[in-house]
Amino acid sequence: MKSLKNHISLIIALFTVLASVQIYVAVDRTIAAYETRLKDDYSVIVVANKAFTTEELKSMSSMIERSEPISTTQVLDRLKGEMSQKNLDLLRLTLPKFYRIYLNRYPSPKEINNLQRLLQRNPTIERVEGFAQTHDTIYKLMLLFKNVVQVFSLAIAAVTSLLILKEMRLWQFQHAERMSIMALFGAPVWLRSAVLFRLAIVDAIIATFILCLAFFLIDYYGFLITQLKAIGISVQLFNFVDDALRSLGIALGISVALTFMIVIFPNEED
Amino acid sequence: MDKVIIAQNLSLSYKEFETIISKASFSIDTGSFVFITGASGSGKSTLLKSFYGAIEPKQGQLSVGGVNMNRISTSKLNFLRRHIGIVFQDYKLIKEWTIEKNVMLPLIISGYTSDVSGSQVQKLLGHVKLIHQAGKYPLELSGGEQQRVAMARALAHNPILILADEPTGNLDEYSSSVIWSLLEGANTQLKTTVVVVTHHIPEQLNIPYKHYHIDAGNINEIA
Ligand SMILES: Nc1ncnc2c1ncn2[C@@H]1O[C@H](COP(=O)(O)OP(=O)(O)OP(=O)(O)O)[C@@H](O)[C@H]1O
Ligand SMILES: [Mg+2]
Repeated sequence: MKSLKNHISLIIALFTVLASVQIYVAVDRTIAAYETRLKDDYSVIVVANKAFTTEELKSMSSMIERSEPISTTQVLDRLKGEMSQKNLDLLRLTLPKFYRIYLNRYPSPKEINNLQRLLQRNPTIERVEGFAQTHDTIYKLMLLFKNVVQVFSLAIAAVTSLLILKEMRLWQFQHAERMSIMALFGAPVWLRSAVLFRLAIVDAIIATFILCLAFFLIDYYGFLITQLKAIGISVQLFNFVDDALRSLGIALGISVALTFMIVIFPNEED
Repeated sequence: MDKVIIAQNLSLSYKEFETIISKASFSIDTGSFVFITGASGSGKSTLLKSFYGAIEPKQGQLSVGGVNMNRISTSKLNFLRRHIGIVFQDYKLIKEWTIEKNVMLPLIISGYTSDVSGSQVQKLLGHVKLIHQAGKYPLELSGGEQQRVAMARALAHNPILILADEPTGNLDEYSSSVIWSLLEGANTQLKTTVVVVTHHIPEQLNIPYKHYHIDAGNINEIA
Protein backbone atom coordinates (compact mmCIF):
# COMPACT_ATOMS: atom_id res chain seq x y z
CA MET A 1 0.00 0.00 0.00
CA LYS A 2 2.87 2.32 -0.83
CA SER A 3 0.75 4.16 -3.35
CA LEU A 4 -2.23 4.67 -1.04
CA LYS A 5 -1.89 8.42 -1.51
CA ASN A 6 -2.25 8.05 -5.27
CA HIS A 7 -5.30 5.88 -4.80
CA ILE A 8 -6.95 8.42 -2.55
CA SER A 9 -6.49 11.30 -4.93
CA LEU A 10 -7.86 9.31 -7.86
CA ILE A 11 -10.79 8.07 -5.78
CA ILE A 12 -11.61 11.60 -4.60
CA ALA A 13 -11.43 12.90 -8.16
CA LEU A 14 -13.70 10.16 -9.48
CA PHE A 15 -16.07 10.65 -6.55
CA THR A 16 -16.28 14.37 -7.37
CA VAL A 17 -17.27 13.64 -10.94
CA LEU A 18 -19.85 11.08 -9.84
CA ALA A 19 -21.28 13.37 -7.18
CA SER A 20 -21.67 16.25 -9.61
CA VAL A 21 -23.43 14.01 -12.12
CA GLN A 22 -25.67 12.63 -9.38
CA ILE A 23 -26.54 16.10 -8.11
CA TYR A 24 -27.50 17.04 -11.63
CA VAL A 25 -29.71 13.95 -11.91
CA ALA A 26 -31.29 14.57 -8.50
CA VAL A 27 -32.07 18.20 -9.37
CA ASP A 28 -33.57 17.06 -12.63
CA ARG A 29 -35.68 14.53 -10.79
CA THR A 30 -36.77 17.03 -8.15
CA ILE A 31 -37.93 19.45 -10.81
CA ALA A 32 -39.80 16.70 -12.60
CA ALA A 33 -41.51 15.80 -9.33
CA TYR A 34 -42.36 19.44 -8.71
CA GLU A 35 -43.76 19.67 -12.24
CA THR A 36 -46.12 16.79 -11.50
CA ARG A 37 -47.27 18.54 -8.37
CA LEU A 38 -47.81 21.80 -10.24
CA LYS A 39 -49.58 19.95 -13.00
CA ASP A 40 -52.01 18.38 -10.55
CA ASP A 41 -52.80 21.79 -9.08
CA TYR A 42 -52.99 23.61 -12.35
CA SER A 43 -56.10 23.99 -14.43
CA VAL A 44 -57.46 26.16 -17.20
CA ILE A 45 -60.95 27.59 -16.91
CA VAL A 46 -63.13 27.48 -20.01
CA VAL A 47 -66.36 29.41 -20.41
CA ALA A 48 -68.61 28.08 -23.16
CA ASN A 49 -72.13 28.61 -24.50
CA LYS A 50 -72.70 24.96 -25.03
CA ALA A 51 -72.08 21.80 -23.04
CA PHE A 52 -68.93 19.88 -23.84
CA THR A 53 -68.02 16.36 -22.94
CA THR A 54 -64.48 15.56 -21.84
CA GLU A 55 -63.95 13.72 -25.11
CA GLU A 56 -64.93 16.76 -27.14
CA LEU A 57 -62.54 18.96 -25.21
CA LYS A 58 -59.75 16.37 -25.42
CA SER A 59 -60.03 16.27 -29.20
CA MET A 60 -59.11 19.96 -29.30
CA SER A 61 -55.63 19.54 -27.81
CA SER A 62 -53.44 16.58 -26.97
CA MET A 63 -52.35 18.39 -23.83
CA ILE A 64 -55.74 18.02 -22.18
CA GLU A 65 -55.96 15.13 -19.77
CA ARG A 66 -59.39 15.53 -18.26
CA SER A 67 -62.05 18.13 -17.60
CA GLU A 68 -64.76 18.69 -15.07
CA PRO A 69 -67.74 21.01 -15.25
CA ILE A 70 -67.88 23.71 -12.58
CA SER A 71 -71.30 23.64 -11.02
CA THR A 72 -73.09 26.98 -10.97
CA THR A 73 -75.82 26.00 -8.47
CA GLN A 74 -73.77 27.13 -5.50
CA VAL A 75 -73.48 30.67 -6.90
CA LEU A 76 -77.12 30.73 -7.87
CA ASP A 77 -78.17 29.52 -4.41
CA ARG A 78 -76.37 32.47 -2.87
CA LEU A 79 -78.42 34.81 -5.02
CA LYS A 80 -81.69 33.22 -3.97
CA GLY A 81 -82.62 35.81 -1.41
CA GLU A 82 -81.80 38.80 -3.60
CA MET A 83 -83.63 37.78 -6.78
CA SER A 84 -86.99 36.54 -7.67
CA GLN A 85 -87.34 32.90 -8.60
CA LYS A 86 -88.36 33.93 -12.13
CA ASN A 87 -85.27 35.99 -12.72
CA LEU A 88 -83.18 33.25 -11.21
CA ASP A 89 -84.61 30.69 -13.64
CA LEU A 90 -83.89 33.07 -16.51
CA LEU A 91 -80.32 33.51 -15.31
CA ARG A 92 -79.90 29.75 -15.02
CA LEU A 93 -80.90 29.33 -18.66
CA THR A 94 -78.66 32.08 -20.04
CA LEU A 95 -75.69 31.34 -17.82
CA PRO A 96 -72.79 29.81 -19.81
CA LYS A 97 -71.15 26.50 -18.92
CA PHE A 98 -67.92 26.54 -16.90
CA TYR A 99 -65.23 23.87 -17.20
CA ARG A 100 -62.03 23.20 -15.38
CA ILE A 101 -59.47 21.60 -17.68
CA TYR A 102 -56.53 19.61 -16.33
CA LEU A 103 -53.45 19.04 -18.46
CA ASN A 104 -51.16 16.06 -18.77
CA ARG A 105 -48.07 18.16 -18.04
CA TYR A 106 -47.16 21.45 -16.53
CA PRO A 107 -47.24 23.91 -19.43
CA SER A 108 -44.82 26.70 -20.20
CA PRO A 109 -46.36 30.18 -20.55
CA LYS A 110 -46.07 29.80 -24.30
CA GLU A 111 -47.94 26.53 -24.24
CA ILE A 112 -50.68 28.15 -22.20
CA ASN A 113 -51.07 30.85 -24.83
CA ASN A 114 -51.16 28.31 -27.62
CA LEU A 115 -53.77 26.28 -25.82
CA GLN A 116 -55.82 29.38 -25.22
CA ARG A 117 -55.74 30.27 -28.90
CA LEU A 118 -56.57 26.73 -29.91
CA LEU A 119 -59.60 26.52 -27.68
CA GLN A 120 -60.91 29.93 -28.67
CA ARG A 121 -61.02 28.89 -32.28
CA ASN A 122 -64.17 27.10 -31.33
CA PRO A 123 -66.96 29.73 -31.68
CA THR A 124 -68.99 28.32 -28.80
CA ILE A 125 -66.12 28.90 -26.40
CA GLU A 126 -66.34 32.40 -25.05
CA ARG A 127 -63.44 32.72 -22.75
CA VAL A 128 -60.35 30.78 -21.70
CA GLU A 129 -58.48 31.73 -18.55
CA GLY A 130 -54.95 30.19 -18.48
CA PHE A 131 -53.51 32.20 -15.57
CA ALA A 132 -50.31 32.54 -17.59
CA GLN A 133 -49.23 35.61 -15.67
CA THR A 134 -49.28 33.80 -12.35
CA HIS A 135 -47.01 31.11 -13.75
CA ASP A 136 -45.12 29.70 -10.83
CA THR A 137 -42.02 31.71 -9.85
CA ILE A 138 -40.61 28.90 -7.75
CA TYR A 139 -40.72 26.78 -10.83
CA LYS A 140 -38.83 29.39 -12.83
CA LEU A 141 -36.24 29.60 -10.09
CA MET A 142 -35.86 25.85 -10.15
CA LEU A 143 -35.29 25.86 -13.89
CA LEU A 144 -32.62 28.49 -13.42
CA PHE A 145 -31.08 26.40 -10.65
CA LYS A 146 -31.10 23.37 -12.92
CA ASN A 147 -29.20 25.24 -15.63
CA VAL A 148 -26.63 26.49 -13.15
CA VAL A 149 -26.12 23.00 -11.76
CA GLN A 150 -25.76 21.66 -15.27
CA VAL A 151 -23.01 24.12 -16.17
CA PHE A 152 -21.24 23.48 -12.89
CA SER A 153 -21.26 19.73 -13.14
CA LEU A 154 -19.89 19.90 -16.67
CA ALA A 155 -17.09 22.20 -15.53
CA ILE A 156 -16.31 20.00 -12.52
CA ALA A 157 -16.24 16.88 -14.69
CA ALA A 158 -13.84 18.51 -17.15
CA VAL A 159 -11.46 19.86 -14.53
CA THR A 160 -11.42 16.64 -12.53
CA SER A 161 -10.77 14.59 -15.64
CA LEU A 162 -7.63 16.65 -16.20
CA LEU A 163 -6.62 16.01 -12.59
CA ILE A 164 -7.15 12.30 -13.08
CA LEU A 165 -5.01 12.37 -16.22
CA LYS A 166 -2.20 14.03 -14.28
CA GLU A 167 -2.57 11.51 -11.50
CA MET A 168 -2.25 8.65 -13.94
CA ARG A 169 0.84 10.16 -15.56
CA LEU A 170 2.32 9.93 -12.10
CA TRP A 171 1.38 6.28 -11.90
CA GLN A 172 2.90 5.67 -15.28
CA PHE A 173 6.09 7.31 -14.09
CA GLN A 174 6.15 5.08 -11.01
CA HIS A 175 5.52 2.00 -13.09
CA ALA A 176 7.79 3.00 -15.98
CA GLU A 177 10.77 0.92 -14.84
CA ARG A 178 8.74 -2.24 -14.42
CA MET A 179 6.94 -1.65 -17.69
CA SER A 180 10.19 -1.16 -19.61
CA ILE A 181 11.69 -4.34 -18.14
CA MET A 182 8.59 -6.24 -19.15
CA ALA A 183 8.94 -4.79 -22.65
CA LEU A 184 12.50 -6.13 -22.85
CA PHE A 185 11.08 -9.60 -22.37
CA GLY A 186 8.50 -9.06 -25.08
CA ALA A 187 5.40 -8.26 -23.03
CA PRO A 188 2.72 -6.65 -25.21
CA VAL A 189 1.40 -3.25 -24.19
CA TRP A 190 -1.78 -4.55 -22.58
CA LEU A 191 0.14 -6.93 -20.34
CA ARG A 192 2.66 -4.24 -19.35
CA SER A 193 -0.14 -1.89 -18.36
CA ALA A 194 -2.44 -4.50 -16.80
CA VAL A 195 -1.53 -3.19 -13.34
CA LEU A 196 -2.56 0.34 -14.30
CA PHE A 197 -5.89 -0.93 -15.60
CA ARG A 198 -6.42 -2.95 -12.44
CA LEU A 199 -5.76 0.10 -10.28
CA ALA A 200 -8.08 2.20 -12.42
CA ILE A 201 -10.88 -0.35 -12.18
CA VAL A 202 -10.50 -0.90 -8.43
CA ASP A 203 -10.51 2.85 -7.78
CA ALA A 204 -13.59 3.33 -9.95
CA ILE A 205 -15.42 0.68 -7.93
CA ILE A 206 -14.35 2.24 -4.63
CA ALA A 207 -15.42 5.73 -5.78
CA THR A 208 -18.85 4.38 -6.76
CA PHE A 209 -19.17 2.62 -3.43
CA ILE A 210 -18.39 5.82 -1.53
CA LEU A 211 -21.00 7.68 -3.60
CA CYS A 212 -23.62 5.05 -2.72
CA LEU A 213 -22.65 5.31 0.92
CA ALA A 214 -22.91 9.12 0.87
CA PHE A 215 -26.38 9.03 -0.65
CA PHE A 216 -27.42 6.25 1.68
CA LEU A 217 -26.51 8.47 4.62
CA ILE A 218 -28.35 11.45 3.12
CA ASP A 219 -31.36 9.18 2.73
CA TYR A 220 -31.02 7.62 6.15
CA TYR A 221 -30.76 10.88 8.04
CA GLY A 222 -33.42 12.46 5.86
CA PHE A 223 -31.47 15.56 4.84
CA LEU A 224 -33.13 17.39 1.95
CA ILE A 225 -35.91 14.84 1.71
CA THR A 226 -37.78 16.44 4.63
CA GLN A 227 -37.28 19.90 3.17
CA LEU A 228 -38.55 18.74 -0.18
CA LYS A 229 -41.50 17.03 1.47
CA ALA A 230 -42.33 20.37 3.06
CA ILE A 231 -42.95 21.86 -0.38
CA GLY A 232 -44.90 18.80 -1.42
CA ILE A 233 -42.25 17.02 -3.43
CA SER A 234 -41.44 13.40 -2.82
CA VAL A 235 -38.46 12.30 -4.85
CA GLN A 236 -35.77 9.64 -4.77
CA LEU A 237 -32.43 11.44 -4.81
CA PHE A 238 -30.45 8.27 -5.44
CA ASN A 239 -31.70 5.03 -6.91
CA PHE A 240 -29.54 2.25 -5.55
CA VAL A 241 -29.85 0.20 -8.71
CA ASP A 242 -30.05 2.53 -11.72
CA ASP A 243 -28.01 5.39 -10.32
CA ALA A 244 -25.42 3.10 -8.79
CA LEU A 245 -24.97 1.28 -12.09
CA ARG A 246 -24.76 4.50 -14.08
CA SER A 247 -22.19 5.90 -11.64
CA LEU A 248 -20.13 2.75 -11.88
CA GLY A 249 -20.29 3.00 -15.66
CA ILE A 250 -19.15 6.61 -15.64
CA ALA A 251 -16.33 5.96 -13.16
CA LEU A 252 -15.08 2.93 -15.08
CA GLY A 253 -15.45 4.78 -18.38
CA ILE A 254 -13.40 7.76 -17.24
CA SER A 255 -10.65 5.85 -15.46
CA VAL A 256 -10.26 3.18 -18.13
CA ALA A 257 -10.33 5.71 -20.98
CA LEU A 258 -7.68 7.82 -19.30
CA THR A 259 -5.53 4.75 -18.63
CA PHE A 260 -5.80 3.94 -22.31
CA MET A 261 -4.64 7.44 -23.12
CA ILE A 262 -1.47 7.19 -21.07
CA VAL A 263 -0.78 3.68 -22.34
CA ILE A 264 -1.10 4.74 -25.97
CA PHE A 265 1.49 7.46 -25.44
CA PRO A 266 4.11 5.48 -23.51
CA ASN A 267 7.47 6.57 -22.11
CA GLU A 268 10.57 5.84 -24.16
CA GLU A 269 12.04 2.53 -23.22
CA ASP A 270 15.69 1.52 -22.98
CA MET B 1 24.66 -24.39 -40.80
CA ASP B 2 21.82 -22.04 -39.82
CA LYS B 3 22.66 -18.59 -38.60
CA VAL B 4 20.76 -17.06 -35.70
CA ILE B 5 22.41 -13.66 -36.10
CA ILE B 6 23.67 -12.16 -39.35
CA ALA B 7 25.25 -8.70 -39.49
CA GLN B 8 26.35 -7.03 -42.70
CA ASN B 9 28.20 -3.72 -42.57
CA LEU B 10 26.44 -3.08 -39.29
CA SER B 11 27.05 0.32 -37.76
CA LEU B 12 25.71 1.34 -34.36
CA SER B 13 25.70 4.69 -32.60
CA TYR B 14 23.64 6.72 -30.16
CA LYS B 15 24.31 10.15 -31.61
CA GLU B 16 24.64 11.54 -35.10
CA PHE B 17 28.41 11.91 -35.58
CA GLU B 18 29.59 9.06 -33.40
CA THR B 19 30.29 5.44 -34.21
CA ILE B 20 30.43 2.73 -31.62
CA ILE B 21 30.37 -0.26 -33.98
CA SER B 22 31.51 0.51 -37.50
CA LYS B 23 30.57 -1.54 -40.56
CA ALA B 24 30.89 -4.90 -38.85
CA SER B 25 30.09 -8.10 -40.74
CA PHE B 26 29.80 -11.36 -38.86
CA SER B 27 27.39 -14.17 -38.18
CA ILE B 28 26.56 -16.42 -35.26
CA ASP B 29 25.64 -20.06 -35.93
CA THR B 30 22.54 -21.53 -34.41
CA GLY B 31 23.47 -23.56 -31.37
CA SER B 32 26.93 -22.08 -31.01
CA PHE B 33 28.61 -20.57 -27.98
CA VAL B 34 30.14 -17.13 -28.49
CA PHE B 35 32.24 -14.88 -26.32
CA ILE B 36 32.54 -11.17 -26.88
CA THR B 37 35.37 -9.30 -25.21
CA GLY B 38 36.65 -5.74 -25.40
CA ALA B 39 37.73 -2.84 -23.27
CA SER B 40 35.28 -0.96 -21.12
CA GLY B 41 33.29 1.41 -23.30
CA SER B 42 34.20 -0.45 -26.49
CA GLY B 43 30.56 -1.18 -27.31
CA LYS B 44 29.89 -4.72 -26.07
CA SER B 45 26.61 -3.89 -24.35
CA THR B 46 25.61 -1.74 -27.32
CA LEU B 47 26.12 -4.69 -29.66
CA LEU B 48 23.94 -6.90 -27.45
CA LYS B 49 21.27 -4.17 -27.40
CA SER B 50 21.12 -4.30 -31.18
CA PHE B 51 20.46 -8.05 -30.94
CA TYR B 52 17.36 -7.54 -28.78
CA GLY B 53 16.21 -4.47 -30.65
CA ALA B 54 16.87 -1.79 -28.03
CA ILE B 55 18.99 0.09 -30.56
CA GLU B 56 18.39 0.16 -34.32
CA PRO B 57 21.15 -0.30 -36.88
CA LYS B 58 22.46 3.09 -38.03
CA GLN B 59 23.67 1.49 -41.24
CA GLY B 60 23.87 -1.97 -42.72
CA GLN B 61 21.73 -5.01 -42.12
CA LEU B 62 21.05 -7.04 -39.02
CA SER B 63 18.86 -10.08 -38.71
CA VAL B 64 18.15 -12.01 -35.53
CA GLY B 65 16.34 -15.34 -35.61
CA GLY B 66 15.43 -14.65 -39.22
CA VAL B 67 13.83 -11.32 -38.31
CA ASN B 68 15.13 -8.17 -39.95
CA MET B 69 15.95 -5.71 -37.16
CA ASN B 70 15.90 -2.64 -39.39
CA ARG B 71 12.64 -0.81 -38.67
CA ILE B 72 11.12 -3.82 -36.95
CA SER B 73 7.48 -3.54 -35.89
CA THR B 74 6.58 -3.57 -32.20
CA SER B 75 4.61 -6.79 -32.40
CA LYS B 76 7.43 -8.59 -34.24
CA LEU B 77 9.93 -7.32 -31.73
CA ASN B 78 7.78 -8.51 -28.83
CA PHE B 79 7.51 -11.90 -30.47
CA LEU B 80 11.28 -12.12 -30.97
CA ARG B 81 12.02 -11.00 -27.41
CA ARG B 82 9.81 -13.75 -26.01
CA HIS B 83 12.34 -16.20 -27.47
CA ILE B 84 15.43 -14.48 -26.15
CA GLY B 85 16.78 -14.68 -22.61
CA ILE B 86 18.76 -11.65 -21.50
CA VAL B 87 21.06 -11.18 -18.52
CA PHE B 88 21.59 -7.43 -18.26
CA GLN B 89 24.79 -5.91 -16.98
CA ASP B 90 22.71 -3.99 -14.42
CA TYR B 91 20.36 -6.99 -13.86
CA LYS B 92 17.12 -5.03 -14.38
CA LEU B 93 15.11 -6.93 -11.79
CA ILE B 94 11.65 -5.61 -10.94
CA LYS B 95 11.97 -4.03 -7.49
CA GLU B 96 8.31 -4.44 -6.55
CA TRP B 97 8.28 -8.17 -7.30
CA THR B 98 9.63 -11.08 -5.27
CA ILE B 99 12.59 -13.09 -6.54
CA GLU B 100 10.20 -15.89 -7.43
CA LYS B 101 7.98 -13.64 -9.50
CA ASN B 102 10.96 -12.01 -11.18
CA VAL B 103 12.19 -15.36 -12.41
CA MET B 104 8.65 -16.13 -13.53
CA LEU B 105 8.39 -12.99 -15.70
CA PRO B 106 9.16 -14.58 -19.09
CA LEU B 107 6.72 -17.40 -18.29
CA ILE B 108 3.99 -14.93 -17.32
CA ILE B 109 4.54 -13.09 -20.59
CA SER B 110 4.38 -16.31 -22.59
CA GLY B 111 1.15 -17.23 -20.82
CA TYR B 112 2.16 -20.37 -18.95
CA THR B 113 -0.18 -21.61 -16.24
CA SER B 114 1.01 -20.95 -12.72
CA ASP B 115 1.64 -24.60 -11.83
CA VAL B 116 3.91 -25.12 -14.85
CA SER B 117 5.81 -21.88 -14.26
CA GLY B 118 5.90 -22.50 -10.50
CA SER B 119 7.78 -25.76 -10.83
CA GLN B 120 10.09 -24.34 -13.48
CA VAL B 121 10.96 -21.44 -11.19
CA GLN B 122 11.66 -23.78 -8.26
CA LYS B 123 14.01 -25.80 -10.46
CA LEU B 124 15.91 -22.73 -11.66
CA LEU B 125 16.17 -21.18 -8.20
CA GLY B 126 17.61 -24.51 -7.12
CA HIS B 127 20.20 -24.36 -9.90
CA VAL B 128 21.36 -20.88 -8.89
CA LYS B 129 21.22 -21.81 -5.17
CA LEU B 130 18.58 -19.24 -4.22
CA ILE B 131 15.61 -21.35 -3.10
CA HIS B 132 15.79 -19.90 0.41
CA GLN B 133 15.55 -16.32 -0.98
CA ALA B 134 12.50 -16.93 -3.18
CA GLY B 135 10.14 -14.70 -1.19
CA LYS B 136 12.51 -11.76 -0.82
CA TYR B 137 12.69 -8.64 -2.94
CA PRO B 138 15.65 -7.77 -5.20
CA LEU B 139 16.93 -4.92 -3.02
CA GLU B 140 17.19 -7.35 -0.09
CA LEU B 141 19.74 -9.41 -2.01
CA SER B 142 23.47 -8.97 -2.55
CA GLY B 143 24.74 -7.95 -5.99
CA GLY B 144 25.92 -11.44 -6.77
CA GLU B 145 22.60 -12.94 -5.68
CA GLN B 146 20.72 -10.48 -7.90
CA GLN B 147 22.93 -11.48 -10.78
CA ARG B 148 22.04 -15.12 -10.26
CA VAL B 149 18.34 -14.22 -10.18
CA ALA B 150 18.85 -12.49 -13.54
CA MET B 151 20.50 -15.65 -14.85
CA ALA B 152 17.60 -17.82 -13.70
CA ARG B 153 15.12 -15.44 -15.33
CA ALA B 154 17.02 -15.55 -18.63
CA LEU B 155 16.75 -19.34 -18.68
CA ALA B 156 13.15 -19.63 -17.48
CA HIS B 157 11.36 -19.82 -20.83
CA ASN B 158 13.95 -22.06 -22.56
CA PRO B 159 14.87 -19.32 -25.06
CA ILE B 160 16.48 -20.09 -28.41
CA LEU B 161 19.06 -17.38 -27.79
CA ILE B 162 20.68 -16.25 -24.56
CA LEU B 163 22.39 -12.87 -24.41
CA ALA B 164 24.40 -12.48 -21.21
CA ASP B 165 26.24 -9.26 -20.38
CA GLU B 166 29.04 -10.05 -17.94
CA PRO B 167 26.95 -12.64 -16.09
CA THR B 168 29.74 -13.47 -13.67
CA GLY B 169 31.01 -9.94 -13.16
CA ASN B 170 30.03 -9.87 -9.49
CA LEU B 171 30.50 -13.50 -8.55
CA ASP B 172 33.12 -15.50 -6.69
CA GLU B 173 34.79 -18.46 -8.36
CA TYR B 174 32.31 -21.02 -7.12
CA SER B 175 29.20 -19.05 -8.15
CA SER B 176 30.81 -18.25 -11.48
CA SER B 177 31.39 -21.93 -12.18
CA VAL B 178 27.68 -22.55 -11.42
CA ILE B 179 26.71 -19.94 -14.01
CA TRP B 180 29.09 -21.30 -16.63
CA SER B 181 27.81 -24.81 -16.23
CA LEU B 182 24.22 -23.56 -16.52
CA LEU B 183 25.03 -21.80 -19.79
CA GLU B 184 26.98 -24.81 -21.01
CA GLY B 185 24.05 -27.06 -20.11
CA ALA B 186 21.57 -24.90 -22.00
CA ASN B 187 23.89 -24.93 -25.00
CA THR B 188 24.58 -28.65 -25.09
CA GLN B 189 21.24 -30.02 -23.91
CA LEU B 190 18.75 -27.54 -25.35
CA LYS B 191 20.86 -26.41 -28.33
CA THR B 192 20.42 -22.83 -27.17
CA THR B 193 22.66 -20.29 -28.84
CA VAL B 194 24.64 -18.47 -26.15
CA VAL B 195 26.31 -15.07 -26.58
CA VAL B 196 28.27 -13.93 -23.55
CA VAL B 197 30.04 -10.64 -22.96
CA THR B 198 32.88 -11.18 -20.52
CA HIS B 199 36.32 -10.04 -19.50
CA HIS B 200 37.58 -13.52 -18.68
CA ILE B 201 36.88 -16.56 -20.78
CA PRO B 202 36.53 -19.42 -18.29
CA GLU B 203 39.05 -22.24 -18.54
CA GLN B 204 36.66 -24.93 -17.33
CA LEU B 205 34.58 -24.86 -20.54
CA ASN B 206 34.48 -28.23 -22.33
CA ILE B 207 32.75 -27.09 -25.48
CA PRO B 208 33.91 -25.41 -28.68
CA TYR B 209 33.27 -21.71 -28.81
CA LYS B 210 33.88 -18.64 -30.92
CA HIS B 211 35.50 -15.50 -29.62
CA TYR B 212 34.98 -11.99 -30.97
CA HIS B 213 36.94 -9.03 -29.77
CA ILE B 214 35.71 -5.44 -30.17
CA ASP B 215 38.36 -2.84 -30.71
CA ALA B 216 37.90 0.70 -31.99
CA GLY B 217 34.49 -0.10 -33.47
CA ASN B 218 35.69 -3.21 -35.28
CA ILE B 219 34.65 -6.75 -34.44
CA ASN B 220 37.43 -9.27 -34.96
CA GLU B 221 37.25 -13.01 -34.57
CA ILE B 222 40.03 -14.43 -32.41
CA ALA B 223 41.11 -17.89 -33.48
N1 LIG C 1 22.25 5.15 -23.72
C1 LIG C 1 23.38 5.68 -24.21
N2 LIG C 1 23.37 6.90 -24.78
C2 LIG C 1 24.48 7.45 -25.28
N3 LIG C 1 25.66 6.86 -25.26
C3 LIG C 1 25.78 5.63 -24.72
C4 LIG C 1 24.61 4.99 -24.16
N4 LIG C 1 25.01 3.79 -23.67
C5 LIG C 1 26.33 3.69 -23.92
N5 LIG C 1 26.80 4.78 -24.55
C6 LIG C 1 28.17 5.01 -24.98
O1 LIG C 1 28.52 4.00 -25.93
C7 LIG C 1 29.81 3.52 -25.69
C8 LIG C 1 29.79 2.01 -25.54
O2 LIG C 1 29.09 1.68 -24.40
P1 LIG C 1 28.79 0.19 -23.97
O3 LIG C 1 27.89 0.22 -22.82
O4 LIG C 1 28.35 -0.58 -25.15
O5 LIG C 1 30.25 -0.27 -23.52
P2 LIG C 1 30.69 -1.69 -22.97
O6 LIG C 1 31.65 -2.26 -23.93
O7 LIG C 1 29.51 -2.52 -22.63
O8 LIG C 1 31.47 -1.24 -21.67
P3 LIG C 1 31.55 -1.99 -20.24
O9 LIG C 1 32.52 -3.08 -20.35
O10 LIG C 1 32.03 -0.91 -19.32
O11 LIG C 1 30.19 -2.45 -19.91
C9 LIG C 1 30.34 4.23 -24.47
O12 LIG C 1 31.23 5.22 -24.90
C10 LIG C 1 29.12 4.87 -23.85
O13 LIG C 1 29.47 6.13 -23.34
MG1 LIG D 1 28.66 -3.13 -20.95
